[in-house]
Amino acid sequence: MSTLLDGNHLPLVPEDSVAPARRRPILGRMLLAGAAAFIGLSLIRWLTGANDLTSGGTVNTALLSAIPIGLAGLAGLWSERSGVVNIGLEGMLVLGTWGAGFAGYQWGPWAALIAGGICGAAGGALHALATVTFGVDQTVSGVAINLLAPGVALYLNKLMSDTYQNVEGGGGGDKQSPRMEGIQQLSIPGIESPLRDLEAKQWFLLSDIAGVLRGVFVDMSALIVVTVVMFVGTWYILWRTAFGLRLRSCGEAPYAAESLGVNVYLYKWIAVVTSGFIGGIGGGALAVMAGLYKDGQTGGRGYIGLAAMIFGNWRPGGLATGAGLFGYTDALKSRQADSVKALLLILGLLLIGVGVWRVLRMRRGRGAGAGTWTLVGNVATVVVGAAAVIGFFAVERIPSELVSATPYLATLIVLVLASKNFRMPKADGQVYRRGAH
Amino acid sequence: VRRLRARLSGRDAALAVLAPVSAVAIALLISSVVILIAGHHPIDAYRAMAKSLDPSTPRGDRYFVLIVNQATTYYLAGVAVAIAFRMNLFNIGVDGQYRLAVMVAALVGAQVDLPPFLQVPLILVIAMLVGGLWASIAGLLKVGRGISEVISTIMLNAIATAVVAYLLNRFGVTQGNDRSTEELPRSAWIPGIPWREAANEIYGLVFLAVIVGILYGVLLGRTRFGFDLRATGLSQSAAVASGVSVKAMTLRVMFLSGATAGLVGLPLLLGNSHSYGLDFPAGVGFVGIAIALLGRNSAVGMAFAALLWGFLDSSAVSLETVDVPKELVRIMQGVLVLSVVVAYELVRRYRLVLEQRDVGRAVGEPPPGPGGPAAPSLEKASA
Repeated sequence: MSTLLDGNHLPLVPEDSVAPARRRPILGRMLLAGAAAFIGLSLIRWLTGANDLTSGGTVNTALLSAIPIGLAGLAGLWSERSGVVNIGLEGMLVLGTWGAGFAGYQWGPWAALIAGGICGAAGGALHALATVTFGVDQTVSGVAINLLAPGVALYLNKLMSDTYQNVEGGGGGDKQSPRMEGIQQLSIPGIESPLRDLEAKQWFLLSDIAGVLRGVFVDMSALIVVTVVMFVGTWYILWRTAFGLRLRSCGEAPYAAESLGVNVYLYKWIAVVTSGFIGGIGGGALAVMAGLYKDGQTGGRGYIGLAAMIFGNWRPGGLATGAGLFGYTDALKSRQADSVKALLLILGLLLIGVGVWRVLRMRRGRGAGAGTWTLVGNVATVVVGAAAVIGFFAVERIPSELVSATPYLATLIVLVLASKNFRMPKADGQVYRRGAH
Repeated sequence: VRRLRARLSGRDAALAVLAPVSAVAIALLISSVVILIAGHHPIDAYRAMAKSLDPSTPRGDRYFVLIVNQATTYYLAGVAVAIAFRMNLFNIGVDGQYRLAVMVAALVGAQVDLPPFLQVPLILVIAMLVGGLWASIAGLLKVGRGISEVISTIMLNAIATAVVAYLLNRFGVTQGNDRSTEELPRSAWIPGIPWREAANEIYGLVFLAVIVGILYGVLLGRTRFGFDLRATGLSQSAAVASGVSVKAMTLRVMFLSGATAGLVGLPLLLGNSHSYGLDFPAGVGFVGIAIALLGRNSAVGMAFAALLWGFLDSSAVSLETVDVPKELVRIMQGVLVLSVVVAYELVRRYRLVLEQRDVGRAVGEPPPGPGGPAAPSLEKASA
């Protein structure tokens, strides 16, 4: 269990820190792929009439759902880039929700976020103590923190419950905190009604763009700004500073880093505590959105965040895409069943495309390691894709219970399709002992 | 030489005891601090917990049954995790495997009505198959695409939750304001074992847990398969050199682990609830991980761990009588797991240092001081 993806399956993809010149074409390709996906989405909306696919409301909800997932993933990114697997994210989110509930009703939503971060950082410190200082298996420590954190949060909340019950107009109690006020919302003035009109026309592409713009720039929660700032800040710190390079070197080759004079223990500590802090803010954001702390509020978002991070190949941009996709399915689920059915069509076509392309590539003999396994995998991809397309035409509506599984299924499918292109930090999950090499 | 050996074994025994004892001590210490924060006296809280077991009262009997029943469930989950652990596979998916398996077993079991000697094995086999196959997805992904079982089983847990909810709504019946599967025919009911004055009964399938424990011990300790499994867990390259196919072992072990996970819900299903509903506990798979860690993957150790966990669970309520929030127990459990793994890690490292010193003495070199030149080389061997 020391590596999440067995290293021997992975041809090394050049890292941009090694070859910065190669980043631009990749970025360009990703933008192109994003644009193509958007046009495809727009086309399907136009053809099937599932107008919620790109409505402003959907986009707005999707962004909100994506915030805690994205922050959880970002937390995981910090930790794993330094070589520490953080399954305990879920627990750190839980601590964050409690901290936010505790601070929020007294000092407002911004204090709630900070308090959530501090509580999460405490969880991170525990994880760092166990894994970095004592060298305990990282997954084990994470699982233990996930067992511990909900107990701690509920215990603290019960100690506070007498105070909570006496808060005016609060309604706090054993399992929840008093209500706090909401966080600010920002809008670009004067764009709402023209965008809404354009969206209502239901034109191909134009209305979709209007919907997305309205979803993003009208009533935008300040939490979104916070999240974006943290993503950009993380990218800058980890990939554009000497500090970040040293931190990532601890996740790639700790002993080499050590030989260059990097204090690996210290860097791992900083990374894991920061991870807890960001995870705590993610939990805090959940509490701020709900207006209070509630037992069981996180609902596995720590795990989804982890999935988003892996989906994004341990990179901030990919992670943001993953979080956005997960937030998007989440938003669709709560809105319109037809839209979800349309997703099935998209997924099916995508899978068939990828599968057929791979089989063709294999026949031309270009596929690396073209064994029976690969062929079976590719054929299975096409079959699953065909099943999804058939499902679109055969099924009346997708049961809402199954929709909630979409993000997880998507992550698994992406892992299956692209596992050869995945590149996790090389020493991720391995115990580092100073001087052991 | 004999004296040296005697001293060595005495030291080993002391070291073996040191880890669990210090872990419990740390856990008690931290819990005491947590109780003091709440403004109560730790001794009061511990006394209240111990009193819930008092055998001279009917309540004590009831709690005893409760503990045994919970331990049965936890033990099966622990064994499921431990099978994979022994091969360095981390099956976080026991939770999903168990719920999906017991759900499908309950659905199918309600549709057929065979004589008991066929009905019960049928349900057992279905549960094991479903759990095993669900876990096998993770095994296949690992073998075929190199995807870590940690990640895939986390995803599969969530997917299982969705599938179970769907099946329950599609095929279940509404009972009161709860959704559950149809009730099993009486041929599938396994009578409980009455215990003294207690109103509740011990699950009949407590014996299933015992059998599974014995099979686990025998399979791992006394068979070729078990040897290969442990060898693969200790050193893949050594196992490959002795002719073991790691891929085949991974598939088999994930299936076995999942099949055992499939049994987790059956004592409750066949012994008490007779239908699957939302009242089935979630998170049992994670408790199973804790049990496997506390019991150090040993069949006997895990039995003690499961009983301890069950005792902590059921004595939680009695904490409220002294005004301590019952969540204290969850803190104790979490701290216990953490301190156990930390204590064993530290003792393991300390033992390495000691052994190294012995070697140094035996070959006549001066014993290296802490951090001396020889220290890293042994650390490397352990890393």
